[in-house]
Amino acid sequence: MAVLVLVERGPEGIEETSLQALAFARSLLPSEPLHALAVGSSEGEDAATVGAHGATTLHLAEHEALDAYAPRAVARAAVELVERLRPATVLAAGTERGNEVVAHAAALLDLPFAAGCIAAEPGPPLRVTRVRWGGSLLEEALVHAEIALLTVAPHAVPARPTGGPAAVVERFAPALEESDLAVRVAQRIEVAAGGVSLADAKVVVSAGRGAGSAEGFAPIEELATLLGGAVGCSRAVTMAGWRPHTDQVGQTGTKIAPELYIACGISGATQHLAGCKGAKRILAVNTDPDAPILSSADYAVIGDLHEVVPAIVEAIRA
Amino acid sequence: MRILVAVKRVPMTGGRIVLTPDAQAIATEHLGFTISPHEECGVEEAVRLVEREGGESVVLTLGPPEAEEQLRDAMAVGIDRAIHLVTDGEEWDGQATAEAIVEAVREEEATSGPFDLLLFGNESADVGGYQVGVRVAYALGRPCVTGLKAIAVENGRVRCEQEAPGGRDVYEVPLPAVLTVKEGLNLPRYPSVPGRMRARQRPVARQELERPAPRLERLRLLVPEGERKEAEILGHGPEAAPRVVELLDRLGLL
Ligand SMILES: Cc1cc2nc3c(=O)[nH]c(=O)nc-3n(C[C@H](O)[C@H](O)[C@H](O)COP(=O)(O)OP(=O)(O)OC[C@H]3O[C@@H](n4cnc5c(N)ncnc54)[C@H](O)[C@@H]3O)c2cc1C
Ligand SMILES: Nc1ncnc2c1ncn2[C@@H]1O[C@H](COP(=O)(O)O)[C@@H](O)[C@H]1O
Repeated sequence: MAVLVLVERGPEGIEETSLQALAFARSLLPSEPLHALAVGSSEGEDAATVGAHGATTLHLAEHEALDAYAPRAVARAAVELVERLRPATVLAAGTERGNEVVAHAAALLDLPFAAGCIAAEPGPPLRVTRVRWGGSLLEEALVHAEIALLTVAPHAVPARPTGGPAAVVERFAPALEESDLAVRVAQRIEVAAGGVSLADAKVVVSAGRGAGSAEGFAPIEELATLLGGAVGCSRAVTMAGWRPHTDQVGQTGTKIAPELYIACGISGATQHLAGCKGAKRILAVNTDPDAPILSSADYAVIGDLHEVVPAIVEAIRA
Repeated sequence: MRILVAVKRVPMTGGRIVLTPDAQAIATEHLGFTISPHEECGVEEAVRLVEREGGESVVLTLGPPEAEEQLRDAMAVGIDRAIHLVTDGEEWDGQATAEAIVEAVREEEATSGPFDLLLFGNESADVGGYQVGVRVAYALGRPCVTGLKAIAVENGRVRCEQEAPGGRDVYEVPLPAVLTVKEGLNLPRYPSVPGRMRARQRPVARQELERPAPRLERLRLLVPEGERKEAEILGHGPEAAPRVVELLDRLGLL
């Protein structure tokens, strides 16, 4: 029985998270033929990439209406292929779009859908380990379905090239109806890339309720600028209106992965930690030596951030 | 406009998650409860739209009797009334949850007229299933746009902005529609004291439901083995600054 992986393409070819989904599929069902599905016409590079990650076939859903993203149309194409291949498992990367498309496919097929898996054992029923609470908690679950639909939590497994030959390309034009295109990207707003983005910054300097006010962020901004990093904050701060939500780190904010995360006046709630687990090192600045963040931090300074942070700025300048 | 917003009661876990001995749930004896920040923004958006356009807002939850607290919280910030699909506290999977919500929406629309918008969180705080809103949209045959950070209703259509890498994607769909939203959509208001008082008088329609057999069946919960660290204390107060600079230097960050 086949395995089908829905892959996403970005500006640099097949997305890393999709290659991770291919690796996940291969370790789940190593001896089954591995099919990939991408939307739109494609050059040979994509067939080479997915082939090098173990896929035997790259299906390309080609349709002029698919030039702009339309989740239901992509799901329709996937379902058409699912009905042809009858795979045991259908996977995608657990990105926003991956989760969205698989949810649509699950609704079309009336099948269960397990989002955010980090491990799986073949079934039936397929047994998965998946994330809850943005990764602060795990769940083991059974997927009671002939065709198991799941997404793979980003970075749960590394991509693993097999050195395989280019996948065989099979093109098809999915049958789409008008209703499949009712929700379709009509316009794209590019956000000017001013400064360092929170998600990609090498250093993030954050503050929480301990900052006390919007003005309390002045030394935080100064330190971030000195280190060429980005400013972050906790939800207590965005709820108080001191910083915009785009600065929030956590389960319902941005997930960061800097070399160093400097967390000042942040207690370390699980939902905040869910956003900074990817940090290589954490330095906490907190008045409370028993704050939970200290059990996740590598280094700590015990003290008032309003004194400690300006002192660090001054010492760097000296 | 008539707007429905769906919310789910979840524990406020704080610094560390502790499970019940059977590993079926989070131990909640000492915890407060809340809803997802995404859903809080859904509630706020419903209140604002009805304030501007007139009409009625309804909050719905599927959950234990105690979940009435979350319905009252939503009414305290301006939601007009509530629908409570009462369970025995066992969790329902995404399919069963969506089916129950669809049934409730159909009944509600048959008596009070159609909803223009059904608002959901992009994902629930605890399960993170990414599916209930989408499933409801399909069952009702309405368009569904997910992950929204901005919503504008005009002339029977809704313009939606979705966060995408490097920018935003814009969608325009006709009403009625199903939208799933994210924190950052707006800044929710805090309930006032009179708001809380009023909320106590507002109507809650209750219906008890039996849980169908789950098709995504939870076996047990596990706390991930994130390494518990012992932070190296670099010092106390501003005197620690030189040690911090040493560290930054050592990490090659200066
Ligand atoms: C479903 C859900 C999702 C959530 N998503 C997020 C999210 O994405 N991001 C997020 O951050 N939160 C999120 N939260 C909220 C989270 O649970 C916490 O409420 C929040 O992170 C607390 O923010 P805080 O640490 O700034 O405040 P507090 O918990 O109040 O901590 C303040 C800390 O500052 C210290 N302090 C006080 N004064 C000073 C000073 N002068 N100098 C130094 N230290 C000082 C205190 O000792 C304390 O440790 C979510 C909650 C839920 C339920
Ligand atoms: N038990 C529930 N009661 C009401 N709404 C729910 C429930 N479960 C999920 N939802 C809604 O569906 C959204 C997505 O949930 P999920 O598919 O679990 O990620 C949530 O943010 C809620 O708006």
